[in-house]
Amino acid sequence: MSLQFLTYLVVGATFALYIGIAIWARAGSTKEFYVAGGGVHPVVNGMATAADWMSAASFISMAGLIAFMGYGGALFLMGWTGGYVLMACLLAPYLRKFGRFTVPAFFADRYYSKSAAGVAVICLLVASITYIIGQMTGVGVAFSRFLGVSNDMGIYIGMAIVFCYAVFGGMKGITYTQVAQYCVLITAYTIPAIFISFQLTGMPIPQLGLGASLVGEDISLLARLNQTITDLGFGQYTTTVPGSKLNMFVYTVSLMIGTAGLPHVIIRFFTVPTVAAARSSAGWALVFIAILYTTAPAVAAMARYNLHATVNTAVKGGGDLFAGESSLAYDQRPDWMKRWEVTGLLKWQDKNGDGRIQYYNDKNSTPAFQGKVEAAGWQGSELLVNNDIIVLANPEIALLPNWVIALVAAGGIAAALSTAAGLLLAISSAISHDLLKKIFVPGMSEKNELLAGKLSMAGAILVAGYLGLNPPGFAAGTVALAFGIAACSIFPALMMGIFSKNMCKYGAMSGMLVGLLVTLFYVFAHKGIFFIKGTEYVGLIGGPNAFFGITPEAFGAVGALINFLTAFIVSKFTPAPPAHIQQLVENVRTPRGAKSAVGGH
Amino acid sequence: MEEQGKAYWYATLRLIAGILSVWVVVSYGFGIIFAGALNTIQLGGYPFGFWWAQQGSMYVFIILIFVYARLQSNLDKKFKVNEQ
Repeated sequence: MSLQFLTYLVVGATFALYIGIAIWARAGSTKEFYVAGGGVHPVVNGMATAADWMSAASFISMAGLIAFMGYGGALFLMGWTGGYVLMACLLAPYLRKFGRFTVPAFFADRYYSKSAAGVAVICLLVASITYIIGQMTGVGVAFSRFLGVSNDMGIYIGMAIVFCYAVFGGMKGITYTQVAQYCVLITAYTIPAIFISFQLTGMPIPQLGLGASLVGEDISLLARLNQTITDLGFGQYTTTVPGSKLNMFVYTVSLMIGTAGLPHVIIRFFTVPTVAAARSSAGWALVFIAILYTTAPAVAAMARYNLHATVNTAVKGGGDLFAGESSLAYDQRPDWMKRWEVTGLLKWQDKNGDGRIQYYNDKNSTPAFQGKVEAAGWQGSELLVNNDIIVLANPEIALLPNWVIALVAAGGIAAALSTAAGLLLAISSAISHDLLKKIFVPGMSEKNELLAGKLSMAGAILVAGYLGLNPPGFAAGTVALAFGIAACSIFPALMMGIFSKNMCKYGAMSGMLVGLLVTLFYVFAHKGIFFIKGTEYVGLIGGPNAFFGITPEAFGAVGALINFLTAFIVSKFTPAPPAHIQQLVENVRTPRGAKSAVGGH
Repeated sequence: MEEQGKAYWYATLRLIAGILSVWVVVSYGFGIIFAGALNTIQLGGYPFGFWWAQQGSMYVFIILIFVYARLQSNLDKKFKVNEQ
């Protein structure tokens, strides 16, 4: 059976499964559309949260970024898992006790003002739309490879499918669909990893394989990888940091608190039956997430190794990387390279005209290295590999059977769809429920509310798809920006709402606005105003990463600090919250008397 | 009752502080700040600091959440504020 046919078959079968479940569990009332009745078991909820959480950024993009970042890529691993600890002990149980559907609804009550909810909706929209841009980038990669079309065409097709998919069901459909999606994506991620780990090290468990020795050699995988890539002029795999240690630190903080501030994840904890279940639910979610996240570093290092070993035959066995015949001849390149060339995400340019592929770090200007490169007659690195293709290409690079490759395509698409759907739902509830019904059109009928929700989903997809055509970075990088935005705006206000009885509406609102604006100012300076290419103003802030070398993706943590400080100072000079609000906060702090979530219909 | 409520809240804050200090030590401590120093130790083929950053911290996070959930629910029962 041909690869293309098999891919269609597997992707088609998984789709039929999701749609079948969505129809079976079709949402009736508005309440069911947003949260699944409040009766979901912690383990099931954890699995659905994991599917919701692990998006195109985790599945498609992250291991590819780690492959090229090395050690520093750990910031994604720790950042996107460590946030669950914060969520479990700082937010989830209290918000569950509070018993509201959405984050803006919490703000409206806790900060006793519609304006606070309005500010929260704005923060939430900016974060969610940025997040979806990242998803669209990943969707483009997955669909372009899956259908054998250009990346742009992949994004157009992806937009259409995400739209149909999200508008169909509601949370109820989605909870059970997402359990199915989790199963598909985790199988798709781990099976090739097991194969590859076994191929390279003889150890089938990838988490152990990464620390094992290469088959038939007495050198560990990581040591050989270090040796190969430093010879080729790259930084050492196990120690390279992104920019600086400070940047890595701040970046990790930003992702962690962003995790705890992202509305589409928090909303999950409203659907568990009890406060105690909200705590353990976060733990279960992390168990299911960690299965992928602890596999990812193995996928990353092994893909990097296999990529080098493919284009340079001297990598295996540790021969002379610079010998003329070591570099792979272009007309003997494997099929997977040809397939990815179609998408435009892998390119070869014969700079020295020898018909062979030289792939190394041509930006390394050390004289000793330059000497070797000149002696070998290399005139620049000739292979361009988009980081986002690594996971999808990984089973092809390792020459695994076709059904594995087809399965990975299905997993990538499942990951992108599940998260995009969850986010679109958060966006639609924010606009239709929190903004329109609660603030502007109080007398809105349930039917019109649902309609408004669906229209805002459509709008969000169009904006995100358009910006996804010229994305501000790789999928995981763009998603990191979204986390930064959630970190600088929503997280501090949520936390103070629970842990500071005296935090008043003025403090919270000014904190959110100042945190958001400062962060967006820094991000837009690097990435363009509203991520539109050509509108960057990085000169204005004194060059790229001008603030202590901190990259825009990491800046959310700084924004959060500014948010806290602003809120604290403003609250000192404005009236304290009324007594019944202080009473409310005390009430939220104890589990007794928790009721199921209400939406205020 | 007022006194009880305060005592419960302080006990909760102490628990959270304990959990989060372990959280800080394994991720930011072992994984980032002291990673270089720990890399002089090998864990199989893994440099130890690299292992904390790309494997170990995540395992500890999972344990932390379940430990927190258990201890917090013990506190709830002790102060009689658990759900009925």
